[in-house]
Amino acid sequence: MNTGASTLFDLPGPAGRRRIRIATVVSLLLIVVAVVAVVRRLTTHGMLAADEWRVFTQWPTIRFLLGGVWATVLVTVVAMAIALPAGALVALVRLSRARVARALGRAYVEVFRAIPLLLLLYMFLFGLPRLGLTFPVFWQLTLAIVLNNAAVFAEILRAGILAVERGQSEAASSLGMTYWQAMWLVVIPQAVRKVVPALVGQSVRLLKDSSLGYVVSYLELLHQSQVLGEYYHTVLPTYLVAAVVYIAINITLSRFAHLLENRGLRGVRRRRHPESTALAENAAIGSGGRAPLIDDSTV
Amino acid sequence: MSTIFAHGGQLAHGVLLTMLMTVLGFGCALVAGVVLAVFHISPVPPLHRLAVGYVAVFRNIPLLVWLVLFVFGLPEIGLLYPLFGTVTAAMALYWAAFICEAVRSGIRTVPPGQIEAARALGFGFSQLLRHLVLPQAVRSMVQPLGTVFIALTLNTSLAAAVGVRELTGETQFFTITYDIPIPAFAVTTAIYVLITLAGGLLTGRLERKLAFKR
Repeated sequence: MNTGASTLFDLPGPAGRRRIRIATVVSLLLIVVAVVAVVRRLTTHGMLAADEWRVFTQWPTIRFLLGGVWATVLVTVVAMAIALPAGALVALVRLSRARVARALGRAYVEVFRAIPLLLLLYMFLFGLPRLGLTFPVFWQLTLAIVLNNAAVFAEILRAGILAVERGQSEAASSLGMTYWQAMWLVVIPQAVRKVVPALVGQSVRLLKDSSLGYVVSYLELLHQSQVLGEYYHTVLPTYLVAAVVYIAINITLSRFAHLLENRGLRGVRRRRHPESTALAENAAIGSGGRAPLIDDSTV
Repeated sequence: MSTIFAHGGQLAHGVLLTMLMTVLGFGCALVAGVVLAVFHISPVPPLHRLAVGYVAVFRNIPLLVWLVLFVFGLPEIGLLYPLFGTVTAAMALYWAAFICEAVRSGIRTVPPGQIEAARALGFGFSQLLRHLVLPQAVRSMVQPLGTVFIALTLNTSLAAAVGVRELTGETQFFTITYDIPIPAFAVTTAIYVLITLAGGLLTGRLERKLAFKR
């Protein structure tokens, strides 16, 4: 749980325990009061009436929402599949020895990380058609997400590559490997393992980005909920349902990634030197077992 | 281009709104986030659970969902406030979860051995925080907090999707009214790049200023 934080406190003595008990009771009371206030607010406006929620038990509604979930997942998966390799490429360009290429890579990252996604979307919606470039709605959304996230992935991967000790690539080249062999066989595998938590955090963010389909009228989960809510006049309940679905998807994603990470580590433990396992474990523990919200490399 | 300069006042108004939202949003989020972090590390179980739940809920729901919930959902239960305030409040609540995590990760960077040593020397809890934990934790919080600040600045643009005419909203308005999409986007992009670069520089400088002199 909260390691480090728990050492902040001495083991509480009798007086401390009493204080904690009092604080527990008081805070529980306050929480109960807040919950009651919310529930009363909802009932006086008829939000807890069964009619408001009945539509969500009917199959057509559920199917409609599942369609939104599917679209959200589709955008996420396609965008990831393009943005991750593209990001890796940009990271390699930024680390290359050619000065012009380095500058170009840097410019790409700085600009596309600094453009808000919504502005990029508006560019696809209003700007590019003026230049004769029109994309289908799905690609307007996905390409905007890709352009933005590739820059972030590039920074994460670059940080990972730089974090691999110099000795590794030096050893590789002293064994006669070329630059690319050393990169591909020695440096990148270690770099990726170091930044897995950051990559997971970014993919959760990418999934959340897909909610901007709301703006381009692509029927992903949020836009689908808007349509549903306005059709049945249950705006608040529908958005709440969408919110719960987002939480479920994202927590599943984080858990799954965590599982994958652990399996990867076990693979390392079986095959490699014990020291490298400890290193990888440290990287994993650094994430606190969860996806870090924002990695330090993105500034 | 000339149209943009002719209507520069509008654009400036958008920039002002963006900055106002950023400053207000970050200020409130910082206060709420620190309170949440205190709850999170407190030995009182309900407060700890509250903070854990809050962070899980707010972090996993997209900001845009929060914005439409606040702007279009809350009026249904009789909570209708001015648009700008509603949007800023939603942002502050959303980013508070991230700030809580940044603050917590900062506190976690202080090695437990140091804390144990200080306690062995007879430091009380408040002394421990003041002389040992906070001075070190704050240093390692600067970078993540800077990241949150920049992310918050860029994400104020989402307010345009619910009808606030800040910088992005103003740009959209420009492109539709005067039909000059490319220059308008170019200028706005430049402004956002400037804002982010300034944020990054500021964070770096702050970090250097707080760094240990050895």
